[in-house]
Amino acid sequence: MFPTPIQKSPRSWQLTYQSLLPVALIFWLLPLIAVALFSVKPEGDFSGGNYWSLPSSFGGWDNYGKVFFQSDMPRYLMNSLLITIPTAIGAVALSCMAGFALGIYKFKLNLWVFFIFVAGNFVPFQILMVPVRDLTLDMGLYNTKTGLVLFHIAFQTGFCTLFMRNFIKGLPFALIEAARVEGIAEWKIFVYIVLPLMKPAIAALSVLIFTFIWNDYFWAIVLTQGVDSQPVTAGITSFNAQFRAAYHLMSAGAIVAALPPVAMFFLMQKHFIAGLTLGAVK
Amino acid sequence: MSTATVAKSEYESANRSWYKRNEISITPWLFLAPAILFFMVYVIFPIFQSFDVSLYQWDGLGAREYIGTSNYVELWDDPAFYTSLKNNIIWLILYLLAIPAGLFIALFLNQTVTGIRLYKSLFFFPFVISQVVVGLVFTWFYDPTFGLLNTVIGWVGLGPINVLGDPTYVTYGIIAAGLWPQTAYCMILYLTGLNAVDPEQIEAARLDGAKGWKMLWYVIVPQLKPATFIAFVVTIVGALRSFDLISIMTNGGPFGESRVLSFYMFEVALSEYGFRMGYGAAIAVVLFFIMLFFIAYFLYSMYKDEKGH
Repeated sequence: MFPTPIQKSPRSWQLTYQSLLPVALIFWLLPLIAVALFSVKPEGDFSGGNYWSLPSSFGGWDNYGKVFFQSDMPRYLMNSLLITIPTAIGAVALSCMAGFALGIYKFKLNLWVFFIFVAGNFVPFQILMVPVRDLTLDMGLYNTKTGLVLFHIAFQTGFCTLFMRNFIKGLPFALIEAARVEGIAEWKIFVYIVLPLMKPAIAALSVLIFTFIWNDYFWAIVLTQGVDSQPVTAGITSFNAQFRAAYHLMSAGAIVAALPPVAMFFLMQKHFIAGLTLGAVK
Repeated sequence: MSTATVAKSEYESANRSWYKRNEISITPWLFLAPAILFFMVYVIFPIFQSFDVSLYQWDGLGAREYIGTSNYVELWDDPAFYTSLKNNIIWLILYLLAIPAGLFIALFLNQTVTGIRLYKSLFFFPFVISQVVVGLVFTWFYDPTFGLLNTVIGWVGLGPINVLGDPTYVTYGIIAAGLWPQTAYCMILYLTGLNAVDPEQIEAARLDGAKGWKMLWYVIVPQLKPATFIAFVVTIVGALRSFDLISIMTNGGPFGESRVLSFYMFEVALSEYGFRMGYGAAIAVVLFFIMLFFIAYFLYSMYKDEKGH
């Protein structure tokens, strides 16, 4: 193991390390801790100029209550969910199939098709912006959640296919051969043999896509406007315009907007990290 | 037994349908069809359409007017374009700091003490939060009247600095905000990589008297190559995609000094400055070619890898 395990080093360094850990963490998360602190301070602290004192009283209920009951925040959150979940399902479904095709079958264009997915996944959003917005307008889907979902599914398919294909390549090919010898139809091999083995990859991709799409801002402002269809990342700017200079409310709003992916991360940590670091180890 | 099987399969192949006979070559295309369709319509065709749009003058609604390369000629003399390009290069270079910084934190956290898993998760935290929230958090962090940064440097008698209001600091201030989640991402890549480092090699190197920096540079870092490659890819892509932070923190200001190409393109094509789709597309094409240079490198590396197996 590198660096040398702490247990093998002198007692003094062990103690230093143990005390350094929380200090480093607090330092690392300082901007967030500040916002969390702001979000539970009562309004009076700000008008009194006590930005950095401890809260004079606990204003959390009041602040978060206002975010949930006196703003459009719940609607934006709902929109985010209605955009994020169908996207995750769609992109994972498409890429399971595409990954199966590219990971199992040997055909001439295999690597070409694969590389097109990979390359497309890296292009700057701006090169797609004008045509995609135009296409969405033409289909009558501008400013709808559907329009946003369709684009997200298509774009995420690039990354998901890369992921799924590499995962399927790692499966024992003998299983497929054995099934073929038995004369099982190819689509049945997919449904009954490969799909069950892909569960960890499906879980990993679902949480990743959930997070990516929840946090998307660019496409949200390009393809939607207003409270009917905008997700929370875009909504929070109008929220902040509504509560300009009310830092306790803006902080509470920011925390609410950030929370679902954070919760997802902590609940599904293993899958999340497995997904993000796929390929980091050979 | 075996003769029976052969006979049976021969009998079958004569009677099997065309689909059955070609099942293995058709199935992959059937499975690929939906993904290819979506990807073509929303990703591949639009790239070419953008090239086309960049040759027109178009407000996005009315008729297009073909103007040849005029958009590019205008771009050549546009100071805002050069500011954006310069900032893009600064972003690219400084963003790469996330890689050593991530490695450093990963090395710091690669221990087995009580609660270390929670520490690792909490260090990773900034990456999970949307860039919009990171942008807001850092805007308040930099605020000249009450921001934490100025409060702290005020204690030692410095400041206040209005980071986001000062043309010389603004880009660096935003990059620092971007480095926060990006470093967390690189850290998690390296933590995974460190987990897989071969302990025997380390022991052998220790016996040869390697330690500290030498051990890190000659023994550990070479073994982390796959992690470094991914960290490089995601950092370059992240740097060239920087949009959210700029839009939230400064909206390109002050005086357009924090623009990058991705933001400038959006501003030209879709903001109150006017709907100049053609000009925006031309900027996007330039950005695309910068990215293409890296995409080619990524694909080449992947290709070598594929052939190596």
